[in-house]
Amino acid sequence: MDGRTLGLIGGVLVLLGVATMVVRVLRRRSDSGINPAILETFGLRVRAWWILFATLAAAVLWDKVATVILFGLISFWALREFITLTPTRPGDHRTLFWVFFLCAPLQFVLVGMDGPSMNTYGLYSILIPVYAFLFIPARIAFAGDPKRFLERTAKIQSGLLICVYCLSYAPALLTLRPADDDAPFNNAGLLLFFVVIVQLSDVLQYAWAQIPSRHVIVPTISPGRTWEGLLGGTASVALVGAVLWWATPFPFWLAAGMSIIIALMGAAGGLTMSAIKRDRGVKDYGTLVEGHGGVLDRVDSICFAAPVFFHFTRWLILTGAIGGAS
Amino acid sequence: METTITINVLALIARVLSGASVRWVDCQPDTCQRVYFANHTSHLDAIVLWSTLPQDVRAKTRPVAAKEYWTAGPIRRYLSTKVSNAILIDRQEIKVHQSPVDLIIREIGQESSLIMFPEGGRSSGIEIGEFKSGLYYLCKKRPDLELIPVHIDNMNRILPRGQVLPVPLLSCITFGPPIWLETGEPKNDFLRRARQAVVQLKEA
Repeated sequence: MDGRTLGLIGGVLVLLGVATMVVRVLRRRSDSGINPAILETFGLRVRAWWILFATLAAAVLWDKVATVILFGLISFWALREFITLTPTRPGDHRTLFWVFFLCAPLQFVLVGMDGPSMNTYGLYSILIPVYAFLFIPARIAFAGDPKRFLERTAKIQSGLLICVYCLSYAPALLTLRPADDDAPFNNAGLLLFFVVIVQLSDVLQYAWAQIPSRHVIVPTISPGRTWEGLLGGTASVALVGAVLWWATPFPFWLAAGMSIIIALMGAAGGLTMSAIKRDRGVKDYGTLVEGHGGVLDRVDSICFAAPVFFHFTRWLILTGAIGGAS
Repeated sequence: METTITINVLALIARVLSGASVRWVDCQPDTCQRVYFANHTSHLDAIVLWSTLPQDVRAKTRPVAAKEYWTAGPIRRYLSTKVSNAILIDRQEIKVHQSPVDLIIREIGQESSLIMFPEGGRSSGIEIGEFKSGLYYLCKKRPDLELIPVHIDNMNRILPRGQVLPVPLLSCITFGPPIWLETGEPKNDFLRRARQAVVQLKEA
């Protein structure tokens, strides 16, 4: 295992430890002047991150298949939450069965099978956008219920694309290979860097949005997201990304650029999911599960950032900008 | 009956597959003799409701189920007789000599609790149907039984009518505060009140 990967994991664990301590201390001091509701949300988030990073680090350190399985399970749960909150009709039942038990697992099996001896990228990158995309409307039509046909089709397609296809690009980062097979390429570091930056950009945008002068981006959809938050969060995440360049295959300026892309895509993901939630009249995807946020609330930014980050990195490899035998 | 470990494992599987989250609203789990009555939208209802009860309560609770469905095939027979110890009602040969209410009262004795679906058949899942009178006659003979309204949400999408394969969505099971049959309460008033108790949980 690469020493830099261990360094990154260690750094994240230290950061989480500090965050946990800060929450503990602030909770005990009632005179800290911080809104207790914000503190409560932050505390829950820190707990969620502990679970996410501990399992992710263990899976990444173990091997690629474990990581793919971990993301497969997260994706399965996210899809459950998505479809549960999007009304479908009884005629969609059989379609949903194939979506859950064939399309979703197959996508992750293909990602997991990709390796030096077998290249499945050509199939897993189109499995859902082409085959599942065409299968879903055809199977629903076959069931014979024309009511709100296009709407139902689009809901199931979106769920599958966002929760399964897009999310599967995160573990797919482990399958990227440099043009020169012998060149060192730190895949584990790339994946951890990505997850750290996505989650940090979430929290930094939230933190920057707390400063007094507030210009809300879209009040009708997400009253908490401000331009200050987006710009401040993106700028600070670019700094963090540049500082963490040593864990990635990028030079520091590319690490900063990639962090900006991740932050913007993450914000887009959060905003899109907020729009869906607002339409359905719920605050969190987890409302049905427990009192606090669901799995999809935690991974929405990953879903949007992962495919873009993957393809940008892949493109950089193809152009020879990174991963060459330097 | 199966061993406790097997039953616990099967109950866990049922809970994971149905993604059931459980809420107790103004009500606590208890091993006293109770009747859990719920809306009925899926064949999974009885098994999932039963699996969401705490282990000690579950061991004393028996679903009331239709004989012709729950004895068809080895899996259903295994689940109804060996695992959940269901009271099976023969819907074809009802009433004349063997009243189902008498059978239920005999089976539960002074110990077991019941899971019932007073709508009779499964409803569409959107509207809760009118309650059949069985619940009333049961309470008339055993007015001491605590009646717990239960609302089952989304199970009709996990396994709708006429489907064999389930889709693993998430469901929610809500237990409400107990009601009793008041002395001298007319049948229709009681059934309406019981139904209303379930409907209220839908919004709770």
